[in-house]
Amino acid sequence: MDLQKLTADAQDKINAADNLDDLDQVRVDYLGKKGELTSLLKTLGTLPAEERKAAGQDINNAKRDVQQAIEQRKQSLESEKLNARLASEKIDVTLPGRGQRAGGLHPVTRTMARIEDLFSRLGFSVAQGPEIEDDFHNFEALNIPSHHPARAMHDTFYFDANTLLRTHTSPVQVRHMETNSPPLRIIAPGRVYRCDSDLTHTPMFHQVEGLLVDENVSFADLMGTLADFLKQFFENEDLQTRFRPSYFPFTEPSSEVDIQCVMCEGEGCRVCGHTGWLEVLGCGIVHPRVFESAGIDTEKYTGYAFGMGVERLAMLRYGVNDLRLFFENDLKFLQQFGSSSRR
Amino acid sequence: MKFSEQWLRSWVNPSISTQEMCDQLTMAGLEVDAVEPAAAEFSEVVVARVESLEKHPDADKLNVCQVTDGTETRQIVCGASNVREGLVIPLAKIGAVLPGPGPGETWKIKPAKLRGVESSGMLCSEKELGLADSAEGLMELPDDAPIGQDIRKYLQLDDTIIELDLTPNRGDCLSITGIARELGVLNKCEVTEQLWEPYKQTITDEFAVEIEATEACTHYTGRVIKGINPRAETPLWMLERLRRGGIRGLSPVVDITNYVMLELGQPMHAFDLQKLDGKITVRFAEKSEKATLLDGKSVDLQENTLVIADDSSVLALAGVMGGEDSAVDDSTTDIFLESAFFKPEVIAGKARSYGMHTDSSHRFERGVDTQMQVHAIERATELVREICGGEVGPVLEHKTAAHPEEILPIHLRSDRIKRVLGIELAESEVTDIFQRLGMEVKVYPDGWLVKAPSFRFDIEIEADLLEEVVRVFGYNNIPRTQPSYHAVIQSRPEAMNSLDELKRCLVNRGYYEAISYSFVDPKWQDILDPQAKTIALANPLSSEMSVMRTTMWAGLLSALKYNVNRQQNRVRLFETGLCFRPADEGTGVDAISQEPMFAGVICGDLHDEQWAEQTQKADFFDIKADVEALLSYSATDSVFAAAEHPALHPGQSACIKQDGEIIGWMGALHPTVQKVLGIDPRVYVFEIKQSAISSNKIPEFTPLSRFPEVRRDLAILVDEAIPVSDILSVINGASSDLVKETQLFDVYQGKGVDEGTKSIAFGLILQEFSRTLTDNEVESEIENIVSTLNQQFAATLRE
Repeated sequence: MDLQKLTADAQDKINAADNLDDLDQVRVDYLGKKGELTSLLKTLGTLPAEERKAAGQDINNAKRDVQQAIEQRKQSLESEKLNARLASEKIDVTLPGRGQRAGGLHPVTRTMARIEDLFSRLGFSVAQGPEIEDDFHNFEALNIPSHHPARAMHDTFYFDANTLLRTHTSPVQVRHMETNSPPLRIIAPGRVYRCDSDLTHTPMFHQVEGLLVDENVSFADLMGTLADFLKQFFENEDLQTRFRPSYFPFTEPSSEVDIQCVMCEGEGCRVCGHTGWLEVLGCGIVHPRVFESAGIDTEKYTGYAFGMGVERLAMLRYGVNDLRLFFENDLKFLQQFGSSSRR
Repeated sequence: MKFSEQWLRSWVNPSISTQEMCDQLTMAGLEVDAVEPAAAEFSEVVVARVESLEKHPDADKLNVCQVTDGTETRQIVCGASNVREGLVIPLAKIGAVLPGPGPGETWKIKPAKLRGVESSGMLCSEKELGLADSAEGLMELPDDAPIGQDIRKYLQLDDTIIELDLTPNRGDCLSITGIARELGVLNKCEVTEQLWEPYKQTITDEFAVEIEATEACTHYTGRVIKGINPRAETPLWMLERLRRGGIRGLSPVVDITNYVMLELGQPMHAFDLQKLDGKITVRFAEKSEKATLLDGKSVDLQENTLVIADDSSVLALAGVMGGEDSAVDDSTTDIFLESAFFKPEVIAGKARSYGMHTDSSHRFERGVDTQMQVHAIERATELVREICGGEVGPVLEHKTAAHPEEILPIHLRSDRIKRVLGIELAESEVTDIFQRLGMEVKVYPDGWLVKAPSFRFDIEIEADLLEEVVRVFGYNNIPRTQPSYHAVIQSRPEAMNSLDELKRCLVNRGYYEAISYSFVDPKWQDILDPQAKTIALANPLSSEMSVMRTTMWAGLLSALKYNVNRQQNRVRLFETGLCFRPADEGTGVDAISQEPMFAGVICGDLHDEQWAEQTQKADFFDIKADVEALLSYSATDSVFAAAEHPALHPGQSACIKQDGEIIGWMGALHPTVQKVLGIDPRVYVFEIKQSAISSNKIPEFTPLSRFPEVRRDLAILVDEAIPVSDILSVINGASSDLVKETQLFDVYQGKGVDEGTKSIAFGLILQEFSRTLTDNEVESEIENIVSTLNQQFAATLRE
């Protein structure tokens, strides 16, 4: 058989093969043990010795060419096959992912966590106390004896004459001072209760109490710390704060802290009652009687304490316009504070 | 405390605007709560007199009046019942603008015809001028009111009412005098201290007074005034000042006692002398005594209530309210004035305990000036004489040994100013502040000895002085600093789980956090936890919020129901917080268990509505996976056991135990409970103690084997009543160290498996650390497990 024609035939068959199996058949037909080119090599012995070398070389060249052509064709077929597979596996990547979607934390929790986080950066740790309290820790030890007019303002829920729902987180201060010695740096977040319910009051709400006791803690330090805290909480370096003299039986001097209204930036609006200021905090230097009651040396140590309403801060931070929403637990409300927003 | 700015300025008049004055008061700790004009805007209203009147020809209730403003006489048709000849009234002339019904609204007086008769103007009531919320007829002005004068000028209506929200320590500012003093200090200006000379007695009449409660009432002063004019009327200027102070005019004597209270801060009372029997006794109420008060209310007195009594009955609740029987009325001619000092702690809370709050109790609770009683009597006497006439008896003064005469001087050490306040002040600056506050100051090398005036009874210790210094110095003049830092790394145990971490575990499983009230409806509480002893509030806001929860399911299910009722068909909520029940032992607060719990409720689809999977309702095993996820935060193994709970489906409820102790419950809500609570979709719930998941173990490394694992799958047939957890624990017990893991992968009942029997399939993973396991080793391990299962449960291998 003519080597040239044989090679050309092989080439045609290679080109004609449109899948890997057919292509492999071509390989077997020409290059396999019984393949046509392999068979040709076996006929070399019948040739005269002087022609053998050249003929052998020709056949080997032809084998090499066919081999190469098969390899090329194979690559091209494989790539076609892969492309076809890829094309068939195309999906709509814009479809949402499968499975559970994340829910979310309550905005009150979110706000308390933020307050805790900011104060923990200043070395404060979290302390907890009971919600059903006794008169001593909620009032007496905080310099609010039974006849004190401040009691009337507390609208206390009672169980009996001595047992009540704590009206503020301040008793945690007292309990902490009873069992720890200065220096102290704590914040106490938690639920508090007052017998009051209207548009702007719920019978249960949340406070975060803070207490720092050390040598040489001054009112100026308290002002510096709280002004910085409020700037960080509202993420506004220019936030204006003002301190107003006030009265709490367990601190002296006492102060209420106003921030520039976050709604109108101090211009005056409905939210701030057209004053440009919003009251957000109460604070002061720990009253000597509170230290005495807790057995802390009033000569060696001074301390400051502060308390803030969590719902109020959350309302200002997130623009919530109705306090009662916090305890209705409407999913439409809760979802707005979730980790993933839903559409 | 509400007051007229004009009145205040008659005592002290710094050259500052109203706004500046209000800012100053607020920044000095006397918080201004509201500022409003003394009268709404109106114009062209003058003092006028009704010259004559006749009946309207066509209307019974109308009169046609001729009214003069001194220069002009107008015809005005008027329907008021008190209109009469000679009456002096406010006249709104044509063109007058009067306040309208809504805020900021106005209306204009135009010429009109009423039933055919021309009317040019309007005669006004207090309501029409915006001076009162209601009125019964025309505002009657005194006969000598200057006809033609603008009414705003005549009544001095261009005034501001300032309302202070005073803190309980500043009882001294519950009077014009007190606020004036404060403004004087802040502006360094003179205050008109008005002192009244003792009024010369004209009669010698006395009335016997005995103080029995000598510790509670330490100073009682009184005076008899006889022959007052019962028809006298309170002058307009006084009525206006009272009105602007939030007090309605009643009768001259009562108005005068109220006026003195507003002016000087000393509450007073006037008795009708002729209604008193025997003598006045100041004493505590006796058991089952009653009193009828000025407001007509009859009260049963508590024994710790201080009362003023005569020989036959209780006349007044001391410092709170007078009684009806001895009250001054429009026929009273002889009065007994009372001005006393009651100890704040005796009065405190008394009014509230009778459901009352009066101007008098408000002041006595906070404390009044110990030296003000006689002064107030003299001032009241002057006003009674001026307005009602009468003959004046001597001042009767009874003082007990317990009367706090003087405030003790207090030492302020100069170094405390720097230490506590963080500011440095010159000695003279501090001295000046104290002197301006009316305190007696002695300067020492290390500080000051300061004696507060009698009206500053709140000044008791050094800290009180520090507060005064910084208050007058100005809080916002203090530099803001940071406390020096004891930089110590605080402990943070690695094994401790923060509550935040645990909450986020559920958030990532699709839950939203709820916060519900800790007090719940006893009906819900009873349905969900009928056996629990509960703790009830003595004074709940409503019966739906009257018992402390013993389970958080009450609040969570109520939130779930709220959402289901609002078209939410898939709800997953959790809450953390305390549950409350009586403890087994302890006293006081210790007798109450306040256990931090973690609870969740779910209903509806397993996943949000989506495209990728077939919609599937969440069931027991979905919420169980959530519970297991939480329990995986615990170092201790938890065991679920079938157990009955009154709120849960008997066949789908489990108690969860750690080391044999119940740490929680989970399951499907009982269908009956669902029905009673009115919740339709199937609900699954769980509740576990936070303490069970509060700490985890610190990971401990075990070396990894380089040799292959072998897996053998087994399917066994057992009685369907045998819990899988029992089977797994037997497998565990029967296994040697070679078995590293047991994977349950199929539980089947149905075709091919006999009824009453179930097929359980699990994979065993075996491995030897230091070599490859032989087939023989594996087979003998499996045989051992299979034969143990056979012995224990009559389990057979499924072919």
